[in-house]
Amino acid sequence: MTQPRTGAQMIVQALKDQGVDVVFGYPGGAVLPIYDEIFLQNEIRHILVRHEQAAVHAAEGYARSTGKVGVALVTSGPGATNAVTGLTDALMDSIPIVVLSGQVPTFMIGNDAFQEADTVGITRPCTKHNWLVKDTASLSSTIHEAFHVARSGRPGPVLVDIPKDVQFASGSYTPKQKARTSHYQPKLKGDTAMIEQLADAIATAKRPIFYTGGGVINSGPAASQLLRELVEQTGFPITSTLMGLGAYPASGKNWLGMLGMHGLYEANLAMHGCDLMINVGARFDDRITGRVQDFSPKSKKAHIDIDPSSINKVIHVDMPIIGDVAHVLEDLLRIWKSKGRKTNAEAVAKWWDQINEWKKVDCLQYSNSETTIKPQYALERLEALTKGRDRYITTEVGQHQMWAAQYLGFDEPHRWMTSGGLGTMGYGQPAAMGVQIAHKDSLVINIAGEASWLMNMQEMGTMVQYHLPVKQFILNNERLGMVRQWQELLHGERYSQSWSEALPDFVKLAEAFGAKGIQCSDPKDLDDAIMEMLDYDGPVIFDCLVEKHENCLPMIPSGEPHNKMLLPNSSTKDAIAAPGAVLV
Amino acid sequence: MSPLKIKKGSSRHSAYDLRDPNADVIERHTLAVIVDNEAGVLARVIGLFSGRGYNIESLTVAEIDHLGHTSRITIVTTGTPAVIEQIKAQLGRIVPVHEVHDLTVEGACVERELALFKVAGEGDKRVEALRLADVFRANVVDSTLTSFTFEITGSPEKIDAFAELMRPLGLAEMARTGVAALARG
Repeated sequence: MTQPRTGAQMIVQALKDQGVDVVFGYPGGAVLPIYDEIFLQNEIRHILVRHEQAAVHAAEGYARSTGKVGVALVTSGPGATNAVTGLTDALMDSIPIVVLSGQVPTFMIGNDAFQEADTVGITRPCTKHNWLVKDTASLSSTIHEAFHVARSGRPGPVLVDIPKDVQFASGSYTPKQKARTSHYQPKLKGDTAMIEQLADAIATAKRPIFYTGGGVINSGPAASQLLRELVEQTGFPITSTLMGLGAYPASGKNWLGMLGMHGLYEANLAMHGCDLMINVGARFDDRITGRVQDFSPKSKKAHIDIDPSSINKVIHVDMPIIGDVAHVLEDLLRIWKSKGRKTNAEAVAKWWDQINEWKKVDCLQYSNSETTIKPQYALERLEALTKGRDRYITTEVGQHQMWAAQYLGFDEPHRWMTSGGLGTMGYGQPAAMGVQIAHKDSLVINIAGEASWLMNMQEMGTMVQYHLPVKQFILNNERLGMVRQWQELLHGERYSQSWSEALPDFVKLAEAFGAKGIQCSDPKDLDDAIMEMLDYDGPVIFDCLVEKHENCLPMIPSGEPHNKMLLPNSSTKDAIAAPGAVLV
Repeated sequence: MSPLKIKKGSSRHSAYDLRDPNADVIERHTLAVIVDNEAGVLARVIGLFSGRGYNIESLTVAEIDHLGHTSRITIVTTGTPAVIEQIKAQLGRIVPVHEVHDLTVEGACVERELALFKVAGEGDKRVEALRLADVFRANVVDSTLTSFTFEITGSPEKIDAFAELMRPLGLAEMARTGVAALARG
């Protein structure tokens, strides 16, 4: 083709051809040639993180909030091993990211060279696929293939390991269009006969429910639109997993709220009592099903999923439909409309009556306090004061995460970034950074617990450096709240190692980083303090001192089915039986 | 299980699905997996089995198309019907995997294994070993005054049977390749 290029030049060119505008990374010996090429151009912006784990989470935040592929660049050895948590997180939550890692030169591989690690070996189980590029000739086509694999089918993380001599050597560049087309082409269209069968089931269902998940969001904006239309057409109730929040608007009239271990009472009871369950892009995760043997015992189940291995993995389904959510919903709506089918409106109305009875339980009630900020109250106020704004929320992992899912409403997809499958403490802060880079004028809030937040607090440096006005909303109970809650439920209130001692002064910490710090401990001051945070043009650490021993309820105790929920104000004593205690 | 208790040959692909997906009966299946012959592909397949707690009874692999760089991995595995289905689906997710065939349910197939047996002995035992080898159509591929090395091919059951017979006759060492299998016709 044209004049030869070095491997490093090819990498930067391939990223440009793939439409990459930002890379999160950290330099080191084995990626110096790539960093030299980044220095010599202006199209791709490089964000210097403070730790490689954060680079990967930032790429995830970028990907989740835009629907595009996120990119991280790390060096060999420790750079790559630090990326492992982020890769695993992205694999569990099906987030498309490409991680480029440097490697020692090919002739030194296997010699225990300085900063050598078997990166493809280590990351094989935590990537969708990975490659070690051994010659420059195949470098550019491998990167194009990596992007294809990351974004196709069920999205996921991929890693390309590039030895330093491959970065220096010259070869000819393969443009995106001419790159080897992979045999990896997942099926998008669902089986029409099965979709017909589902349409028939929808027409006759008496107690139906839509159970939706992250697959709707991953499928793209069309999927969310089609889902909304389908819910409108059928009038069926809809619930969603943690990953799927925002696909159907929380303000929509058919919305039951999140389901699962800390889901809403009405959503879980509707799942338990339904006669038709339509799973759209969710995977019957153990946080959702509770005790599998008693999971929704009387229902026919349909399952729309792009990944054949999700079908019948946990729950046996009657109508498996393998395909992309948007494609399948489009066909389903067409089939539904073409024959002028109608739902059993009378039965569905009775079903709604039942659901409205369950709603009256008001499972999110909590006893508020005049003197102490309840975490639920803090989130209710945050919701009220940010509603209607162009808002993106990330979270860390724990009680605050579940409260955020319960008390905040999401009306659009891509607005909610949280570590669902892996449950990675330390996810939210770097993810928020990636979101803010992608949406520079939007309001980005990381809802955190003080313990999770400390796990990647070094990224405050990155936020200040790049003027990222992310708001760190820390619900500080000086406890590892969820661990403490389980110790209360399961281990006789012996709170082993679940408190946060020697916490920093978060206001001073913010100032030390060059950010703004706010502390609030009085419910009467909360609104003003939140407004001060929102009005400040720059990164803020908001230290919200909350009730220390609040439990996150409602809750399906581990080992129990959906209809055995612990409600607020119910006794938590001996709530979890011995068989449930071994579960996590 | 259905009252017919049909294990082999019954499948989702047949007109009648006689296998209860929730049955806890353990089945033995032979899978043929066609993969790109690239670095690490075997590690991906083995890592899947170890990572998800599946069984491998035997595994053979070799390149079968030098121009297309594809290899065939033959895996004999055991599990409940649900686990077998899950194994196939998980194998199908691996990017360099082209095809997954469950030879056990796709119709009749031939399964063959090759084994080498070193049998040390003198006198009557030596004569008896040679005689039984002849019965089993095993070939002598090496001999000394005190030992024979037999080469035998056949189904795993035949090789098991031969091993049992050789044990009292001085079986000293054995090497087996694992199963290679093809659908009939």
